[in-house]
Formats: sequence, C-alpha cells, structure tokens
Amino acid sequence: MPITYTSGEQVEVYRFNWPITIGVPATALFLQAWLPRHLSFFAMLDLPLLVTIFFGISRRNPVSGLLTGSIIGVFQDALTSLPIGINGIAKTVVGYGASSLGVKLDVENAGARLLVTLVFCVAHKIVYFMVARGLVNLSMQWSWPHELWAAFINAIVGVFLFFALDRFKQRT
Amino acid sequence: MESVLGRYKNLIVLVCVLFAQVLGLAVQVKRTTDTESSRLIRIWAVDSVTPFEKVLNWMHNSSWNIWHNYFYLRGVRAENRGLKAEIERLRLEQIRLNEDAAQARRLQALFGFKEQFISQTKPAQVIGSSGSEQSRAIYIDKGESDGLKPDMAVITADGIVGKVLKVFHSTSQVLLIDDQSSGVGGILEKSRLQGIVRGTRSGEVVLEHIMSDNPVQPGEVVRTSGGDRIFPKGLPVGTVSQVGNGPDLFLTIRVRPAANLSKLEEVLVVTKLVEQEPTQLESGPVRAADILAQRLPSVPDKPPAADPSKLGAGEAAKPSAPAASKPAKPAGVSAPNTNAANPPKPDDKVPPKPQAQASPARAASPSSPGVGPTATAPSALKPATEKGPAPPPVKVVDPTPSTPKPKPAAPPANAPTPIQDGPQ
Repeated sequence: MPITYTSGEQVEVYRFNWPITIGVPATALFLQAWLPRHLSFFAMLDLPLLVTIFFGISRRNPVSGLLTGSIIGVFQDALTSLPIGINGIAKTVVGYGASSLGVKLDVENAGARLLVTLVFCVAHKIVYFMVARGLVNLSMQWSWPHELWAAFINAIVGVFLFFALDRFKQRT
Repeated sequence: MESVLGRYKNLIVLVCVLFAQVLGLAVQVKRTTDTESSRLIRIWAVDSVTPFEKVLNWMHNSSWNIWHNYFYLRGVRAENRGLKAEIERLRLEQIRLNEDAAQARRLQALFGFKEQFISQTKPAQVIGSSGSEQSRAIYIDKGESDGLKPDMAVITADGIVGKVLKVFHSTSQVLLIDDQSSGVGGILEKSRLQGIVRGTRSGEVVLEHIMSDNPVQPGEVVRTSGGDRIFPKGLPVGTVSQVGNGPDLFLTIRVRPAANLSKLEEVLVVTKLVEQEPTQLESGPVRAADILAQRLPSVPDKPPAADPSKLGAGEAAKPSAPAASKPAKPAGVSAPNTNAANPPKPDDKVPPKPQAQASPARAASPSSPGVGPTATAPSALKPATEKGPAPPPVKVVDPTPSTPKPKPAAPPANAPTPIQDGPQ
C-alpha cells in the first residue's frame, strides 16, 4: 500500500513486528561480539551498522531511523572499552540519513543498496572519527584505503543481509 | 510555531538525540572514574550478550573436546615419544636454570631487593570480544563473584595478554595489550633498555621511548619491567620484529606479542601478588668475611682481637683481601666485592647488606692506588648516607702490624672488582 510519494513514484513503507525489531539488532550485536574472536576477519564488519541502515531505508521514518541507530550504537559502545556514545552518535546520523534517503529514493534493488551502504559506511566512519578525535580525544589515524576497503566489504555483506531480512518486512 | 515544530520535527529530534549523546560523552570524558550511571548501560549490554556467548562457547568446547579426545587420536604415540624426549631435555635445562635462579636469589638478598611473586591465579575462558577494531578487548567468564578486580594482570603460559578493565558480576572485560589505550612497562631482555609497550590502531604492539642511539636488534625478547605495578617483572611480552627510526629521536620498535592475542581460549588472571625479599635455603647469618676466609688457600691464626672502639672510622674502608685475612674484624663491607669477583657457590649464604655500604667498599678497592693496610683513609670513604662535614683523615689501625704479611689473598686475575651501586 503506497504511503509516500516521491516524484510520482510510489515508495512503500514497511514495518516490523516487535520480535524482529528487537531480535535482529540484538543478534547483530551478539554476532559482532562473538564472531571476531573466532574469525578475525569479522572485526572489519559492522553488522549493527548494516542493521541500522536496513531499518532506516525500510521504515523511511527519520525519527524511527535515528532512534534505532542511537540505541544500537549505544549498546555497541557498551561492549567496548571506549566511552559510550561514539558509535551512538555515528549511527544516529546514519539512521537519520538512511531513513531520509529512503523517503526520496527507492533502494530495493541490489545495485542501489550496494551504493547506499557503501556511502553510509564511509559516512559512519567519518562521523565516528570526528567524534572520537574531536570529543573524546582518542588517538586515531585515518586511512582511506582501509576505510574504503572495509566499507566495500560491508556493502557486499549488506546486500546479502538486506535480502535475507527482506522476508521479515510487513507492508503497512 | 506549531507548524515550524511539525515541519522540522525530524531535525529537532535528531539534534536533541545528538545533543544528549554529546552531553553523555562529555560527562564520561570529564569523569576520571567509572561510576554507576555509565556502568548501567554496560551491565545491560554485557548481561544480555555474555550468557549466549557462554552457551555457545560451552557447546563449541564440548564438541571440540569430544572430537579431539575420543575420535581424533592419530599420531598420539609419536607425539608422546617426542614429548618424553622434550621432558628429558627440559630436565637438564632445569638443573642449569635452578643454579642460575639460586644465584640470582642470593644476589637479590644481598642487595636487599624485593621481588614480586605470582601467588594466586584464576583460570578463565575467553567468551567474547568487543567486536570493534577501535577497541581491542575481550570478555572472560570470571567476574566479581570470583574475586576479580580491575587492573589485575591477565596472562597465558606464553606471555602477557592484558589487564582487567571492567568487572561485572560473572564476567569481566579485559583490555588487550594491542589496544591503543593500553600501556605496559617493558624491558628489553639483553640490552635492559626500558620503555612502554603500547598498542596501535591497527592492532600492532610497539615499544616506545627507546632512544634511537641504542642498539636494538630484531629477535630480542621484551619482558615486563614491573614498573606499571600491574604485571610482575620478567613476564614475556613478545619479540622485537622490526626496528626503525621514529619521531623525536626515538626508535619505532614493533613487537610480536608472545601470546596469540587473536586466538585466545583460556587465560590466567593474576589475583594475588606477593612482594617479598627472596628467601635463602639455609638460615643463620654468616659474615661475608667468614665466607671469604673459607675460600682463601691459607689463613693465618686469628690474632688477638683488637678493641673495636679503637678502630677508626676508616676501618670499614679496608680492602677486602686484607680484611679476609683477619677474620676477627667486624663483618667488612668487602663482601659485595668478593662476590662480584668470585661468585659464591650455590650453598653460600650471604647476609643482606644495606646498599649504602657499597660506596665505601668500592672506594676501598685494592685497585685504588694508595689504599693499603696502613694507608690514610680519605674522606671520600664515608658512607653516602652520612651527613655533615667530613672528619679529618684517620689513620687506619692495623691489628696485626708486626705480623708478616700473609701471602696474597688472590691472584691478580681474581682481584676484586668494584661493584656497582645498583643492579644495572
């Protein structure tokens, strides 16, 4: 059922039931803490970020998107040794951006999802870096090749993850 | 007004949420200690994640153990033979190391050193990680209920791992040594240069604060220096893998951690450290002069004991060899000299001496010109701890002036060498 119209195109808004709304981010947080211990490659992934982007572009509600990003980010920070809020701020911005973009664009196909996820992964890193350096005074170094490579890996994984999560969508 | 709020509702909510988080960050950064307000969310997050991690960890270990202990036993016999040979080799090495350790203990007792011993550890299993490249931390399945506290050292048999950062009820967060916010006092095993072992953003471990004019070779072992008061001295940290010139006249020394930090399964948390002076195997004080006298080829009969009150202040500054030939004298300060020149046997016992006595002993070394049995003791022979103006030169009274000088106490090759004031 069309809810939002952009440039004459119909853009559908989805919702998720409560178990999915809570379970998917919780599972992403758990896997993010569990997998890198066994496979160090997974430390490059940011599953909570991918979930934030997915919920943002699916719900297409900026307030919902930024709150989702905020909560996921704060809980992710709580598992680290760093001050709580760095990921929270970064994912709040990403959640707001993803849901705002979702209102204007149809990001249902794989190519668009890859590009959007790539852009938001880089944006997340930039905000994270700025907050970590500017507010918390962490000694971090920026490396474009590393960040772009990590964003690309995340985008690839995100495409498959989004298609897996699509089945939990419920049309409003 | 309502239309403005409605129009910019999303933006206003975004600004409010961001502001709240920035405020929370500012409060945390300003605060030096971790208090309850920020701990609460950590407790929620950790308590919601770690039970699943424990269950998965248990399942993983169980299946792994069943496979390895019951099914996959190929090559066990050959491995057993190899291990037996290894045990034999290690036994021989242990004998040699015991000798060295006994000698080190005696020397430490001699100088009054205190050393730290790991007296109690708690084994723990690694159940999770922080899952972030920016924060290299792991979670273990032991917490406050097991007696863990923040700043306890976490080690493995291979080397150090990190320190306990946050303690929850049944789990703890351990900051690894390759985290960029960690710091461990390190010392290079051969050159004895001290620095700080830190982690980098990319997960490497570096040894900092070593001046570039110091020779450091790849392959050198880095151990804990004990200066951080967390890790006991002497634990392996890693091996120098690369040495390069860094900024500000310091070397950039990359260290390969001794413990495999990316594949940690079980660790030991050092829950109790004991600081004590090393004990000796046998009790009963023995004077250093007596030890020296026993080693001499021949010792003349003990002369009539001189009144100690008649001895001048410079008596203590007598060289060690003549002092040894007169065992009746008070325990001389020449013991360190003797030991420095001729290390005692493992069963030797030397009472600890205050380190301040080492200075006169060094000044009174026979190698010093003009210092003999009847020489005038210079004022420089005063102990370093003595205050006030220097007394006038005192003529040293020899209790056996008419006795023919005994044969040399030791050949020149074994002449006592000046000792150092410190361990370095």
